[in-house]
Amino acid sequence: MRLKFIEEKIAKGLMIVASLAVFAFVVNIIYTIFRRGFPALNWEMISQIPAGGYYNGGGGGILNAIVGSLYIVLGSTILGLLISIPVVFYLNVYLKKDSKLAYVARLAFDVLFGIPSIVYGAFAFTIMIYLGMHTSLGGGILVITLLIIPIFIRSMDEVAQQLPKDLLDSTYALGATKLETITVVLRQIAPGIATATLLSVGRAIGDAAGVMFTAGFTDSIPTSLSQPAATLPLSVFFQLSSPNADVQDRAYSAALILIFIVLVISILGRLITNYFSKHKI
Amino acid sequence: MKSYLYQNPSRATWAEDYSFLNNDINKEEGLGIKKSYLKVSDLNLYIHKAHILKNVNLEIPDKKITCIIGPSGCGKSTLLKTFNRLIDDTEGVKYNGSIWVDDTDIFDKKTEITDIRKKMGLLSQRPCPLPMSIYDNIAFGCKMHGERNRKKLNQIVEEQLKAVGLWAEVKDRLHAPASKLSIGQQQRLCLARGLAVEPEFILADEATSALDPISSKNIEELFVELKKDYSIILVTHTLRQALRIADHVIFMYLGEVIEAGPADEIFNNPKQELTRKYLEGAFS
Repeated sequence: MRLKFIEEKIAKGLMIVASLAVFAFVVNIIYTIFRRGFPALNWEMISQIPAGGYYNGGGGGILNAIVGSLYIVLGSTILGLLISIPVVFYLNVYLKKDSKLAYVARLAFDVLFGIPSIVYGAFAFTIMIYLGMHTSLGGGILVITLLIIPIFIRSMDEVAQQLPKDLLDSTYALGATKLETITVVLRQIAPGIATATLLSVGRAIGDAAGVMFTAGFTDSIPTSLSQPAATLPLSVFFQLSSPNADVQDRAYSAALILIFIVLVISILGRLITNYFSKHKI
Repeated sequence: MKSYLYQNPSRATWAEDYSFLNNDINKEEGLGIKKSYLKVSDLNLYIHKAHILKNVNLEIPDKKITCIIGPSGCGKSTLLKTFNRLIDDTEGVKYNGSIWVDDTDIFDKKTEITDIRKKMGLLSQRPCPLPMSIYDNIAFGCKMHGERNRKKLNQIVEEQLKAVGLWAEVKDRLHAPASKLSIGQQQRLCLARGLAVEPEFILADEATSALDPISSKNIEELFVELKKDYSIILVTHTLRQALRIADHVIFMYLGEVIEAGPADEIFNNPKQELTRKYLEGAFS
C-alpha cells in the first residue's frame, strides 16, 4: 500500500480515538452524576427551599438555588446582549477593517476572556464594598455580566467579521444610514448571536467563584435585586462539603438539575437559531 | 418615443406604447418624469498612493443605457461606486472634482449621502438579497424611508415584482426566504428592491456576469424595458452585451476616459486608435 494511504488510515484512527476519548469523559461524568444523584432526586428537592438543618440531612430542597441561578443567568444574559451587540455592531460596521481601535478592542476582549471568574468576583467585591453594597442578586448579575461580555463579543464578532461586504453595500445603496443596517446585520449574524448566547449561558450558570463574594448564598428566594441569592454551583459545593453521604448524594442531584437546565436551554437555543437563520444568505 | 420603438419594435405592446405616449405628453406640459442628470467633471480619485481615476469628465444621457467598457482594472467599477459614494468606505480613498446629480454636487459637504444613494439603484455583480423574506426584501427600503401603510407596501411589492417579471413565480411564497430563490431570480429581486425606493439611475456592476445565459438575457431585456423610466449605467466587460443593449458607450483605459459617445458611433467608427484596438480584441 502506498504511504499516503497508510497516513490517511493512521490520521483517521487518531481522530476517532480523540473523539471517543472526549465522548468517554462526558459519558463518565454524566454517569457518575446520574448514579449518585438520580436516587436522591425527588419532587421535594426541586419544589422547596432548604428547611432547617438541610445541610446536615434535614428536609427541604434547593429551589432557592434553582431560582437564584435562573435569575442571574436571565439577568446577565439580557444585560450582556444589550451591551455587546452595540459593541460588535460598532466594531464591524462603523470601524474600518484596519482600524487600530478595533485591533486593540479585540485584543482586550481576548485577554478578558481568559481572566478567571474569581478575579471578576474579587474585583466586583471591592467595588461593592466601596459603594457600601451587600452581597445581592444585583451584584451577582453584575459580575456574571462582566464575565460573559467577552464571550458574547468575541463569538459574535467572529461571525460578524464574515459579513459580506456586498450585503452592507446593497443596504447602503437603498439609502440606509449605518445605523439602519442594523436589522440586516442582526439577521445575518443571528446564528452567531445564538451560539454566543449558548456559550454565555453555559458559563454563567456554571460559575461558582464569581458569585461567591457578590451574590452570596441564602436559603430563601430573593424578592428584590438587593437581597442575596443562592446559586446551583454553590449549592453543589456546600452539599458536597458535608461529611454526610446522603447530603453528598443531594449535591449530585443538584448537579443533575444544573445539567438538565443547560440541556433544555441548549435545545431551545438550537431551535431558536434554526428559526432565525432560515433567512441567512 | 422614437428611439424606444426603434430599439425594440417587437416589445412595444399597445399598453406600453400608450403609457409612454402619455409620459411624452406630460413631459411637454412639464408634469412628466423628471429629466435626470449626471455629470462628472475633473474627477480624480486616489486609493492610498495609486491614481485610480484620472481627470474624468463625462455626462450620462437621460433615460438611456450607458455602458462603461474597458479592460479589467481600468477603474470602471470604481467610477460606478463613486456615483453613489459607496467608494467612501474604501480604505485610503481620496478624491477631488465634482459629480453633479440633478442640481446637487454629491461631494458637497451639505449633501446627504443617503439622498444620493436613494437616487441610485445598485445591482451588484453577485445577487445579494437581504437576509429576509422575498416580501421584506422589497419592502425594506420603503419602510426605511418611512412608508408604514401595509396596503401601500403590498401594492409596491406587487408592482416591483411585476416590473422585473418575478411576480408570477413568487406570488405564492412571498414570505419565504429570499435565499431560497435561484440565482437569476435573486438578481431580479435585487433589481426590484432597488426600484422600490424610486431611484432615477440604475447602477449595474457586471450585473449579469455571475448568471447563467438565460438569466442574463432576462436581466438585459429588463434593462431595455426599464430605460423608459430610468437612466441605466452598466459596467460590463462583455463587449457583446454592450453591443446588444448600449445606447451610449464610455470606453475607459487605465483610469482615463478615452472615448465616449453614442453606441453606433463608438462601435462602427471609433475615433481613437485605442478604442479601435480594444473593440478588435487586441487586448482585454
